[in-house]
Amino acid sequence: MNDMSTEGYVTEDGRKIGGVLMEMKDISLRFGGVKAITDISFNIREGEIRAIIGPNGAGKSSMLNVISGFYIPQEGEVWYKGARRPQMKPYEVAQQGIARTFQNIALFEGMSVLDNVMTGRLNHMKTGLLAQSIWKGKAEAEEVANREKVEKVIDFLEIQHIRKTPVSRLPYGLKKRVELARALAVEPSLLLLDEPMAGMNVEEKEDMSRFILDVNDEFGTTIALIEHDMGVVMDLSDRVVVMDYGKKIGDGTPDEVRGNQAVIDAYLGVSHD
Amino acid sequence: MSDQFIFGIEVFLNGLMAGVLYALVALGFVLIYKASGIFNYSQGVMALFAAATLVGVMKGQVPFSHLINAIFGTDVHYFGWHLPGIVGILLTAVVMILLAWFVQRFIFRHLVGQEPIILFMATIGLAYFLEGFSDLMWGSEIKKLDVGLPQGINTWIDETTFGIFGYGFFIDNLDIVATVVAALLVIALVIFSQYTKQGRAMRAVADDHQAALSVGINLNFIWVMVWSLAGFVALVAGIMWGTKSGVQFSLSLIALKALPVLMLGGFTSIPGAIVGGLIIGVGEKLFEFIVGPMVGGATENWFAYVLALIFLVFRPQGLFGEKIIERV
Repeated sequence: MNDMSTEGYVTEDGRKIGGVLMEMKDISLRFGGVKAITDISFNIREGEIRAIIGPNGAGKSSMLNVISGFYIPQEGEVWYKGARRPQMKPYEVAQQGIARTFQNIALFEGMSVLDNVMTGRLNHMKTGLLAQSIWKGKAEAEEVANREKVEKVIDFLEIQHIRKTPVSRLPYGLKKRVELARALAVEPSLLLLDEPMAGMNVEEKEDMSRFILDVNDEFGTTIALIEHDMGVVMDLSDRVVVMDYGKKIGDGTPDEVRGNQAVIDAYLGVSHD
Repeated sequence: MSDQFIFGIEVFLNGLMAGVLYALVALGFVLIYKASGIFNYSQGVMALFAAATLVGVMKGQVPFSHLINAIFGTDVHYFGWHLPGIVGILLTAVVMILLAWFVQRFIFRHLVGQEPIILFMATIGLAYFLEGFSDLMWGSEIKKLDVGLPQGINTWIDETTFGIFGYGFFIDNLDIVATVVAALLVIALVIFSQYTKQGRAMRAVADDHQAALSVGINLNFIWVMVWSLAGFVALVAGIMWGTKSGVQFSLSLIALKALPVLMLGGFTSIPGAIVGGLIIGVGEKLFEFIVGPMVGGATENWFAYVLALIFLVFRPQGLFGEKIIERV
């Protein structure tokens, strides 16, 4: 099943997965003499939930940062929507419809939840500066339309009750959810989640898993996520890339990966005799 | 009513007007500090540069004429035109935008992620560079700036107050204009930052760079925009101070007066800059009026700084600044 046709496939629960949305080809990334990623290739298909897993320091976050343009790999090519992506700044990548969250939460702490989520709409606003200041006609209609989209996301993630609260006052679990809301407001073609469940308790993890599945189901959003909690990942994702020491050691459905000896060794340790 | 009291009211009003001018300078600091965390020491010199450029452009002075004449042995000084104030202001605004771009492109773009103290040092360097550059471009002599703003005693206030108190207040027309302009400027800035896409992006950048990048905000563009805004505020401050006391080096020192204003109002608050400016303006005039005679005068030189010092002890974030909470 690992070797899937270009046409996509249908999952066990009946969701249709489309063609390749993003393809990483032979990516290598070094920091000075340290090799963070060595020769990794994999693809992400439209509509799927793709996980990148691996032990600490495996290079997962580096990989995500390459996809979102925060790191520039020394070697390899990134293909997005069927075209090779030239070297880009992170904000340009974001403008192409790739939204992300961060491992240690990057929110606008001084703003309310609503304002935070509204920033996700910035690139959907086209009216000029003057029209916006004077606040009439087209600008107003646009603001209302964007506001509606944002309210939908807020409803969806069940954070209506805190929409006016300054983000700095929220507990960790809710902050993570607000960050997800901001990324969703972008209406991304590809949503990158960097350890969405790190530091959460069991209940919060279950909530987050449900939201991730619902987002994928409801909006058909393609999601790539990093996680080191194996259990969570296996339940969530359609396909999994496993990394260890910057190399790819496995790629396939959760079941395939679970049976992979290299993966078992990486996670459980192996005796070198 | 005693004479002392009526005098006091006049001093109070004059203090308010002076405070508005302090606030104008402080505003420029707040804008840049909010959006990039840079304490811009060169804000005062930017006001000087803006005012000198405005004078030069209006008189049709050839920029760098001394340098050109010295190198090529020519004798050019003036283009031979005289521009009206409004055209001069527009052209100077363009120059300030170019300066903002220059500052971002050649200085701060290379210092992204550096310690605040390094950014601060860079602005000191910028201040000295700009000061020399301004002299080289437009000459260092004291210049008279007249963009057509009304000046001198406001006779209406003088006569009205004379009718009421039997004593006419001396309020300068220029101070009234400055107050109105400052009020408009603040309203415009607030509308800009609260209700426009660019304003929202600016607040986002001020809050978190990484998060801003992840929603597709171009940091460089926002920074150029913020420096342009600060340049424009510097231009307005330069016009007011330049008209009042001539365009000369001492104009750049008003930046030092803005420091206590910022400590009072908070480095991150636009309303704080205004209220802080007014408190300092009124405070130093009233203090000089009431306490001055007892201690031999000249209290205006130090009053603002002592007040700021007291604030630093009891409320370090200022009146409107964001509260600094270290979580343990």
